[in-house]
Amino acid sequence: MPQEPVIEFQNVSFVIGKTQVLSCVSLQVSRGETLALLGRSGSGKTTTLKLINRLVGPTSGEVLVNGKPNRDADVIRLRRGMGYVIQDVGLFPHFTVAKNIGLVPEIEGWNAERIRRRVQELLKLVGLGDEMAVRYPHQLSGGQRQRVGVARALAADPEILLMDEPFGALDPLTRDELQREFLRLQQRLNKTVVFVTHDLREALRLGSRIALMEAGNLVTVQTPEEFLKSSDPWASAYVRAFGDGLVSATQRGEP
Amino acid sequence: MNVVRFMFENRAQVFDLTLEHLWLVGLSTAFAMLIGIPLGILIAHRPRLNRPVLAGANVIQTIPSLALFGFLLPVPWIGDRSGRLAVLALTLYALLPIIRNTYTGICGVDPAVVEAGRGMGLTESQLLFRVELPLAMSVILSGVRIAIVISVGVATIAAAIGAGGLGEFIFRGLAMVDNRVIFAGAIPAAILALIADLGVGWAERRLRVR
Repeated sequence: MPQEPVIEFQNVSFVIGKTQVLSCVSLQVSRGETLALLGRSGSGKTTTLKLINRLVGPTSGEVLVNGKPNRDADVIRLRRGMGYVIQDVGLFPHFTVAKNIGLVPEIEGWNAERIRRRVQELLKLVGLGDEMAVRYPHQLSGGQRQRVGVARALAADPEILLMDEPFGALDPLTRDELQREFLRLQQRLNKTVVFVTHDLREALRLGSRIALMEAGNLVTVQTPEEFLKSSDPWASAYVRAFGDGLVSATQRGEP
Repeated sequence: MNVVRFMFENRAQVFDLTLEHLWLVGLSTAFAMLIGIPLGILIAHRPRLNRPVLAGANVIQTIPSLALFGFLLPVPWIGDRSGRLAVLALTLYALLPIIRNTYTGICGVDPAVVEAGRGMGLTESQLLFRVELPLAMSVILSGVRIAIVISVGVATIAAAIGAGGLGEFIFRGLAMVDNRVIFAGAIPAAILALIADLGVGWAERRLRVR
């Protein structure tokens, strides 16, 4: 049954100065899927992500969210309907964990009791204890901070989650742990997720489809299984670069 | 001990002039914050404006204070009352550290934090009042602290144009060649500067964010 895509790129190009950051990208993301934007630094994957919540606007072409061009949308409403997680987390250092998580609900006018309950619920969801609520970001470890970042993005229960190398700055063990939890979370919440990574292993493990980008072009969009067997030269170059043991990554290391 | 006795004997006047001094410094610092903080915020968000604005404030800072009082004398309304003139001159002097520190403070906010805030759907004013200003506050206050300490010193010169303040004692002492009288102005001024420095410094540390 064909479903209307939640996010759609129609021939989107983005030029800054004389640099062609994105050329003619067309892409669809359906409800509940996790799309991995894979590519090396400078391939345009972060720009693609930022086009969705209009942190950047396209030079030409159209980005549609739920069928509506996002250039016509109220940008504040648009962004509040999407969770956004970045590599540096960007927690507000002058707010406690609870205040960080509860900020969007607060400016959306939720009452204090509802915010408190939501914060509790989210902390539990991302595997943090209640005692974390009163801590400040500098009192947390990198992994805990990233969990808070995810909880904050989920606070107002957005339909779409955008993640820019969310686990990139973590040590391998913590990254593995958070990837597992992301899979578990995604099974429960079934959000539409777009995440950026340069790690093929992560893309295979978390993504339901992988969009490979190179030099501002969308090279191919394939499922993890297809990607491993792909005859596309860029895709096979990626598979070669990461070497053995990739098949096990698609098994998702039982969450 | 002569100085202490002199100050004690003239305590009513020491008190009045100190109040007058405080009034000059307080009013001008308040004006400078009212103008300087918004200007600093503006140039932090509009990089094209930062050079001309900072250059302007810099130029004002290089004008010798006595000359600045002189320049402003013919200005209508302002020149009519020496108090107004002194407040205007002190305000101009206090602008540079306040503008510069506001600019530095806002620019120093971690770009990841600003991006996260914007991506979450904060409006530009929510971003400013809930994120940028609180995070820049200790740097802004350290600019205010510098401005106050400078103003306490410069305000003594306001007595030269008859605007009062502790400079009255200093100029009178100079004319009379009497150190006691000079100290009666200089000591309270130094104490004022120290108290302001410590007080604002304390607030600055309280508001510093790790």
